[in-house]
Amino acid sequence: MEQIYGVMDVLFPFEWAEFSFMKNAFLAVLLITPLFGLVGTMVVNNRMSFFSDALGHSALTGIAIGVLLGVDNYLLSMLGFALLFALGISAVIGSGVSSADTIIGVFSSTGLALGVVLLSASGGFAKYSSYLIGDILTVQPEEIALLAVLLVVVLLVWGLFFNKFLLASINADLAASKNIREGTVQKVFVILVAVLVTVSIKWVGVLIINSLLVLPAASARNVARSMRGYHVWSVCLSLFSGVTGLLLSYYLGTAAGGTIVLVAAVLFALTFCFSAVSGRRRAA
Amino acid sequence: METQKTPACPPACTDCDQAGCACVNCRCSVQIRGLGVKKKDTVILHDVDLNVGHGEILALIGRNGAGKTTLLKALLGRIPYTGEIRFTSHKGENVAKPKIGYVPQNLVFDHSSPLTVADMLCANLSRRPVWLGQRKAARAHAEEMLRRAGAAHSLLDKRLGTLSGGELQRVLLAFALDPIPDLLLLDEPVSAVDRRGIEVFYELVSTLRERYHMPVILVSHDLSHVRQYATTAALLDRTIRISGPVADVMDSREVRETFGLPAKEEE
Repeated sequence: MEQIYGVMDVLFPFEWAEFSFMKNAFLAVLLITPLFGLVGTMVVNNRMSFFSDALGHSALTGIAIGVLLGVDNYLLSMLGFALLFALGISAVIGSGVSSADTIIGVFSSTGLALGVVLLSASGGFAKYSSYLIGDILTVQPEEIALLAVLLVVVLLVWGLFFNKFLLASINADLAASKNIREGTVQKVFVILVAVLVTVSIKWVGVLIINSLLVLPAASARNVARSMRGYHVWSVCLSLFSGVTGLLLSYYLGTAAGGTIVLVAAVLFALTFCFSAVSGRRRAA
Repeated sequence: METQKTPACPPACTDCDQAGCACVNCRCSVQIRGLGVKKKDTVILHDVDLNVGHGEILALIGRNGAGKTTLLKALLGRIPYTGEIRFTSHKGENVAKPKIGYVPQNLVFDHSSPLTVADMLCANLSRRPVWLGQRKAARAHAEEMLRRAGAAHSLLDKRLGTLSGGELQRVLLAFALDPIPDLLLLDEPVSAVDRRGIEVFYELVSTLRERYHMPVILVSHDLSHVRQYATTAALLDRTIRISGPVADVMDSREVRETFGLPAKEEE
């Protein structure tokens, strides 16, 4: 860690880099944002943005369960609950009783409300409100290591399964003709999103996490013309929003998570205008 | 046994039931026995018996809601069914994991997705994730796939959502034909394509059948196309009402009744 700090001191002779909490936050952003950019591509392609939002909300209940069980690290209880939650949503959607967005909405609000109720019952919600907006400045060196491991795992899954994800997302029947079972692929993907959301929620926050997952990929779709371009744009825009947002928040004295999301939203607006203008030019 | 790599079937091999046939391109035949599909308590299909042999184009006809699409979904393994679907090679051996090529009627997909034709074809070719871009060899292979399906290789870098109906149909056919399937399913491949395009498409399918000897199941509403391009036909109305050589089925009382045709109109 000291060596990395040393390198950063040389690279960034600025005021913000003098603080180790900013160095840590910077490193965490460098690891988290590409992850969100990468996974976001398929979340947007599969129209799962509402679903990932619900997963974020469920984290609150996961924390509450951890508190009730008396464990120190909420990661496992959050992860366990998020997985149950995700598979529960899939099962209810699969039954075909109600439309998918209604079911996700029901689960999402239940997850949030149950978390709030359980946490406030066990001694005041205020203690946990930091989970709502997250705080990347509190990230610890060992947590950065965890994020690095997560990045490697996601890259592996993305390398091994991406083509299957892609074919299943185009059309389930077409995927079935190539012996790709959409249900199985979907489960692997849902688990991946659940792990990503749960691990990073502490620093990104329940209310913001989905914006970070959706915005860069949505912006990338405005400008990309192929899968490769889509990924390059999504990861780059995500990284750019992360770094710019973090530094802006330092100088403006604002919350890092919200600032990052705002930068990403501005990028979306810019790419949207670009796509509207170039689309009109092509049509003319 | 000598295997050979040329895609065309040698003339000696047109009869694939011949013992010792060495043609790698002769595909297996399909037998459906007592197939049934239930959705909750509604019987959608029952006791479906059907054979499709090497190099046969079987036209599956029937009114709307007769279960044609359901039968295709069962063949694709997308829905649970009772009964048996068997794939046999030309030597009579069971094919446990058959390869199925499927050209859907109207592909329902996200037209705004940044997905090129090359992305889609290459995703099927190798494990190398397409977000890393395509290797030259894979692109060349994809071009060859398009050529085989009668599509221009300039389509490779077009987005799937910008293709015309005819172009999309060719791309889907190219996708279905690699790896060369044990059974080709065509689900009304005509609705989004103009009349001339339809004829070209069917001619292409006929050529492919001659070349690769795979069984083809074709779901169609256009009875004149069925007569022209299919070799056998089956009338489906929750079960097979009648099946056999295409002319016999098309002139049968059952087909005339189902489609409200006057007796012997065609003659």
